[in-house]
Amino acid sequence: MIEEAPAIMHEMSIAGSMLKAVRAEATRNNAHVLAVGVKIGELSGVDSESLRFCFETLVQDTDLAPLALQIERLPWRHRCRQCAQDFAVQDYRTECPQCGSGDTEMAGGQELEFAYMEIEET
Amino acid sequence: MTRVPLERKVLNENDRLAADLRQSFQRHGTRCVNLISSPGSGKTMLLERTLASFEPGRRVAVLTGDIQTDNDAQRLARYGFPVRQITTGGACHLDARMVTTALAEWQPDSIDLLLIENVGNLVCPTSYDLGEEARVVLLSVTEGEDKPLKYPATFSRADLVVLTKVDLLPYVPFRMDLAREYIRRVQPHAEIVELSCTSGVGLGTWRHWLDTKAGLC
Repeated sequence: MIEEAPAIMHEMSIAGSMLKAVRAEATRNNAHVLAVGVKIGELSGVDSESLRFCFETLVQDTDLAPLALQIERLPWRHRCRQCAQDFAVQDYRTECPQCGSGDTEMAGGQELEFAYMEIEET
Repeated sequence: MTRVPLERKVLNENDRLAADLRQSFQRHGTRCVNLISSPGSGKTMLLERTLASFEPGRRVAVLTGDIQTDNDAQRLARYGFPVRQITTGGACHLDARMVTTALAEWQPDSIDLLLIENVGNLVCPTSYDLGEEARVVLLSVTEGEDKPLKYPATFSRADLVVLTKVDLLPYVPFRMDLAREYIRRVQPHAEIVELSCTSGVGLGTWRHWLDTKAGLC
């Protein structure tokens, strides 16, 4: 069972959660899922390559195979509370590049979200 | 082939259970704090000193997570407050389902402050919401001041960063000014407390933060 996969690294349990969702969607749409797209932020705490490895390991030899994993990586972003500038954080520089204020807040990068599925009606 | 949008979080099920926990905590007046750090940063020691500082009768409880053994629960149970060990059997983090199960035998309205000691790991617990009101990340001065930059995902979610073992500062090349600067870069709004469970310095500040957070004072 995919859901019972041991979660020695958290990417394994995350991959398990993804496959569970894929299976539910496949059943709901009465369709075969060819690919699943996910968005992974730079600060999500998830390593894309580990996730891909776990995903492929769990998918193989199941009725969901072949199933492609398409990963879109999203940058770490902050927004300035003073001038509202939204910017990508580079080299850990979280101060506003426009006005120089240090009063900024997280505006992106923690995402761990599904985006889409590519399905084929059965 | 058709592309259908699927706009929801990957850890949707964990988030749903965490939302249930958060709602239950709010309904019963429980404040929940999730403690995260590397193994050996001093989470259990800090909890021991914290429990020792509460007068008997205070409605404080602890859930402590480890991959194996109930050693931490045994250490913590000596202080007379309810303690439950969550042994994950291999998993590198606690999730909301484990917390829900562990809490099932306690009366939900019997706890004012619930302290959750996560599995010692600076990566994996990050993605798992446990329904907590505040997340505390510990960093000991023996680990190196650049940990916030190496593990920005974890530090970026911290409400409070506790710098532990400061009594060892004379013996280790740890730059406190850099540590604070690195924490500020990844989480500009985190509060920071420096303390030592051995010398006792800073424990009052930590208790004050906890009391304020827990509405105990």
